[in-house]
Amino acid sequence: MKSLGSIRRDFAPWNDPNAKPYIQFDNVTKKFGDFTAVNNLSLTIFEREFFALLGASGCGKSTLLRMLAGFEEPTAGRILLDGQDLRGIPPYHRPVNMMFQSYALFPHMTVENNIAFGLKQDGMPKPEIAARVAEMLKLVKLEQFAKRKPHQLSGGQRQRVALARSVAKRPKVLLLDEPLGALDKKLREETQFELMDLQQKLGLTFVVVTHDQEEAMTMADRIAILDKGEVMQVATPPEVYEAPASRFVAHFVGNVNMFEGKVAERTAQTTRIAGATGAQIVVENAGDAAAGADIVFAIRPEKIRISSRKPADAVNALEGEVYDIAYLGDMTVYHVRLDDGQMVRASTMNAARVTEDPLSWNDRAWVSFRSDAGVVLTR
Amino acid sequence: MNATWSRFNITSIVLGFAFLYLPIVLLIVFSFNESKLVTVWGGFSTKWYVSLFHNQGLMDAAWVTARVGVISATVATVLGTLAALTLTRYTRFRGRVLFSGMVFAPLVMPEVITGLSLLLLFVAVGLDRGFFTVTLAHITLTMCFVAVVVQSRLISFDRSLEEAAMDLGATPVKTFFQITLPVIMPAIVSGWMLAFTLSLDDLVIASFTSGPGATTLPMKIYSQVRLGVTPEINAACTILIAVVAIGVIIASLANKRREVQRQLDEQAAQRG
Repeated sequence: MKSLGSIRRDFAPWNDPNAKPYIQFDNVTKKFGDFTAVNNLSLTIFEREFFALLGASGCGKSTLLRMLAGFEEPTAGRILLDGQDLRGIPPYHRPVNMMFQSYALFPHMTVENNIAFGLKQDGMPKPEIAARVAEMLKLVKLEQFAKRKPHQLSGGQRQRVALARSVAKRPKVLLLDEPLGALDKKLREETQFELMDLQQKLGLTFVVVTHDQEEAMTMADRIAILDKGEVMQVATPPEVYEAPASRFVAHFVGNVNMFEGKVAERTAQTTRIAGATGAQIVVENAGDAAAGADIVFAIRPEKIRISSRKPADAVNALEGEVYDIAYLGDMTVYHVRLDDGQMVRASTMNAARVTEDPLSWNDRAWVSFRSDAGVVLTR
Repeated sequence: MNATWSRFNITSIVLGFAFLYLPIVLLIVFSFNESKLVTVWGGFSTKWYVSLFHNQGLMDAAWVTARVGVISATVATVLGTLAALTLTRYTRFRGRVLFSGMVFAPLVMPEVITGLSLLLLFVAVGLDRGFFTVTLAHITLTMCFVAVVVQSRLISFDRSLEEAAMDLGATPVKTFFQITLPVIMPAIVSGWMLAFTLSLDDLVIASFTSGPGATTLPMKIYSQVRLGVTPEINAACTILIAVVAIGVIIASLANKRREVQRQLDEQAAQRG
């Protein structure tokens, strides 16, 4: 069976028409004065899903999260959680908890009192609070730091306290606002996997807001890509990457080569595209693009082969000159200027330590790709 | 710092400090004077301190000052904190500019005018001048100072702390008392101390608004000095200076210790 992105997913309630949505944004609009932060947005999130809201700053992703938490009320539309309309319910009565970007640890309280804060508000009996706090400290591996104050902790430890505090009440949904934004790169990568493990262990629904596409791709079951308060695409990470719905999404996630052109000819199997600059491209999957339509052919750099001679078996092969080379260790990135002027980015995994046929700057080169390597975008 | 101790530097420092502190040093020295004459040294003695504690008038005035100071500083702290909260939290309400202007006006208002206008008001409404009116006047005077101190802390206050508390189930009232208040407490305490100090050394407003039976220490000292400076007054002033100096020293030491502790903690945290 073929699948996108070499991943098989068994957890996929979004493909099940009978699955009950857990969180529902129904035509939600949020305006701040004249500024529309969220524009008539609808979105469905399922139970136990790790859902990411991805977008540049000002795209409305944080506003969505704050509306779920109850800090903002939608101007129009409604938000449902497990069938219940959240309108008018204040944050302190909502069964959701949030981990703040700044962590918002209470500076005058010890780590254990920070974690116990929410439990105390619920009037939980003392022995139970102590047991839950111990459990949480163990979960985030901070047992020996229970008596410390937040300023006595390192950034990574603070992040874990914030996490423990937000899951201590076992909320229906955990909201994470740029949870790893303040950590350095190495720690961030480790923590991404820790967060995924934690979500599996606790069986909670996670909604994470991030501007970091790699973070969203790593952690999330599905990603919603937002722009100017609207959803551009909601899909699994491989779908977002391999089958972007629009130019915006293709550009936003990862690197991409785009060929402007028209559909020149459609047959049952293949579609021929006439590039605006002259390149002829044959593709299998042109979607619903009709003949004569203006389209963009998008192809990821790693799907393009680069060679000094024209490959005999290639369906699509274009000639040009090596313009720039970047050696990154695990792979090498070539920028090739095609003879029609278009720049193409091609990347090659350095699977072997030695290469038979190395390329140099200003060499003549051929870029080639299969007929199913790219996608045709009509939007 | 790599300052060279040139003759010029030394001279200017000595002159500067002498200008600032010589009068106070003289006052302290002469409070230990044996002689009754203020300007003639007659040998060391602490008898003026003993007689000070037997001077019922001065002791009464000190007691009035302390009570006025504590009460007015406390009320001013509550009101000033509320004003600061209003000014930082509700940034858009009708008349905000007017409100903030009126809160901070006493900062720059000449004390004579504040005192006189309060006096006119008290007379107009028929309030008997005394302990109550001088306390009220000091609240008016010191509230704006508290508001300034607390407001500057609130501006840098991370609102997400309050949101986090509410998110975890605390109602707004609980959030205020469990999170906001403890976090801004150092500023509130400084505000209280500032208000207390201002009330302690106010002469002008107290003279306008006080009445019989409610003479504050500065008023008493001033009236006695008009009859001639006695070493007893010097002793009283020395005690006042000592109290204020000890307060300042304790406050700055506590601050310094906290700062050092915080740095040590942060270094420990970095090491993991």
